[in-house]
Amino acid sequence: MARLKKDGRKAFIPFLMAGDPDLATTKAALLSLDEAGADVIELGVPYSDPLADGPTIHASGTRALANGTTQAQVFQLVKEVSSQLRAPLVMFQYFNPMLRCTVDTYCQRASDAGAAGLLVPDIPLEETAAVRDIASSHGLELVLLTTPTTPQDRATAIAQATQGFLYLVSVAGVTGSRASMEDRVEGLISMLHSVSDKSVAVGFGVSGPAQAEKLVGWGAEGVVVGSALVSALGEAASPEEGLKAMRQLADSIRAVTA
Amino acid sequence: MTVAAPATALEEMPLADKAARRPDKAGRFGQFGGKYVPETLISALAELEQAYDEAQADPKFKEELAHTLKDYVGRESPLYHADRLSEHYRKSDGGRPEIYLKREDLNHTGAHKINNCIGQALLCLRMGKKRIIAETGAGQHGVATATVCARYGLQCIVYMGAKDMERQALNVFRMRLLGAEVRAVDAGTRTLKDATSEAIRDWVTNVESTHYILGSVAGPHPYPMMVRDFQRIIGVETKKQCKEKIGGNPDILMACVGGGSNAMGLFHDFVEDEGVRLIGVEAAGEGVDTNKHAATLTMGSPGVLHGSMSYLLQTPEGQVIDPHSISAGLDYPGIGPEHSWLKDTKRAEYYAVTDKQALDAFQLLAKLEGIIPALETAHAIAYLDTLCPQVPDGTTIVINLSGRGDKDVNTAAKLLGADA
Repeated sequence: MARLKKDGRKAFIPFLMAGDPDLATTKAALLSLDEAGADVIELGVPYSDPLADGPTIHASGTRALANGTTQAQVFQLVKEVSSQLRAPLVMFQYFNPMLRCTVDTYCQRASDAGAAGLLVPDIPLEETAAVRDIASSHGLELVLLTTPTTPQDRATAIAQATQGFLYLVSVAGVTGSRASMEDRVEGLISMLHSVSDKSVAVGFGVSGPAQAEKLVGWGAEGVVVGSALVSALGEAASPEEGLKAMRQLADSIRAVTA
Repeated sequence: MTVAAPATALEEMPLADKAARRPDKAGRFGQFGGKYVPETLISALAELEQAYDEAQADPKFKEELAHTLKDYVGRESPLYHADRLSEHYRKSDGGRPEIYLKREDLNHTGAHKINNCIGQALLCLRMGKKRIIAETGAGQHGVATATVCARYGLQCIVYMGAKDMERQALNVFRMRLLGAEVRAVDAGTRTLKDATSEAIRDWVTNVESTHYILGSVAGPHPYPMMVRDFQRIIGVETKKQCKEKIGGNPDILMACVGGGSNAMGLFHDFVEDEGVRLIGVEAAGEGVDTNKHAATLTMGSPGVLHGSMSYLLQTPEGQVIDPHSISAGLDYPGIGPEHSWLKDTKRAEYYAVTDKQALDAFQLLAKLEGIIPALETAHAIAYLDTLCPQVPDGTTIVINLSGRGDKDVNTAAKLLGADA
């Protein structure tokens, strides 16, 4: 993930939920996003109680669980597809399932499958040190999130501790497409640049190319797009149509972040 | 019996201070508790913790709280000697227990929930926030929250599972009458777990303007500690009333546990009194050997839900299992972290009773004592069937009669039909 910043181009970071509408479609979608020029791909592991997610990704995870998607199958998918991808895969994983099998075992499995990183949305900075040590021992990078309500000294500590890139949550809120981007995000991006030289990727609420372009203009090195892609893929009439709609959206965002 | 507190200066403290020192600074009760929340909420939790600490140190706050609990809630609540219920459990050897009911059902709004809501509303005023959100299962916490919001002129939004709205329609009406907006939650099992998740999502989104009145001793630190402290009045009064009525501590304290706030409130002042047995009664639903129950401590394993580490009903892959109980207030797959700690240190005991046993106890108390308990509370009553034959003559048992059953008569009528 370090190459993000090196070649100066902006990163397009799509998010998909594994198993929605089914694992075969997830695999095709990952390959398609990679072909579209994704720089990093976040892969959501479906969870029963996704506190940080809004209705779109919550519903997507619920569909994935309803069709029987398991953690073991998600790792199997990662194993099959990771070597065919140019983009590194980051597992977007709620904490309880990691705890259940132990953080160490989880990281071992993720690493064996070929994942490059890990993002745990429901733990704060204080709980991340222990997870990072274990993740690092398996060669996984732990991506941390900072938010609009995070005080500057805390944001600085998060920026120092994050690996790969710094994930700036653009709103006080859960994931989900929003019509506009709050102006205070511009100030947050420059504040983060003033305290750290890590790449800043902005996510939560990015619905299309217009917002992506705005963020790039404000100096973000990366844009994370989740709910809009998940909705295009998972809510289509058929997997074929979903793949097509998702790819069109991905291409349009790639075009403004290149 | 020993309580596994860390071997530090804590050991030399007076017992009451020791109890007051749980949890530690990070909000831990042993391995349980903590703050497992998205980063967005951390500053709000820190603000809440600070406001709570300042309030605790402010005599004016304590005075206003005490005054409101007396004149508005109607405290102290009576400790009632249930003679006919005690007689019902007379054994063939002639001995019988002496059962006392701590009448939290007589509080304004009909349950213990109001104790915590008053405390948190006063805190909210100190923090200058004008918008309140809450989750509710049986509707008792929602009603109590709506009540205090009306009392203090605060905007109130209550999240409630759509299924719970059906089975607790009376409470939905009460909340609306009190001026609250009740938002139906259609996700998941449409019960308390999902209502809590939705309330947390609202809080993440509106954290700068909103205070979340969490109704149980669950959630991220400081909630388990703060809610316990606001409920601890139950145990403080019980201790004093027992001294007056029976000349000392009771032998056994018993309460139902869903999230665990009424039990924690009753237990807290007795945790260091090692001669007092503490018993929590969970919902076994259709039986702990089925997949339809809510017996978290009996059948669960440690995990993280809604911001804290505690026992949890979960699959081998760590997905949260949808619980089941006849009572909406116990229909929850988690449990307050301090209860997990009390269980693991063996200071408290936890058992489970089925829907059917609870429904029988619901009728028993109505017929023997003229008191219709909440279905949640009926679980604690039901465990008397198991407990009473095991204890010697004259054993004093205090049950927290945490809520009244008016809200449950429709559910009970449907299940009991013409049999009641």
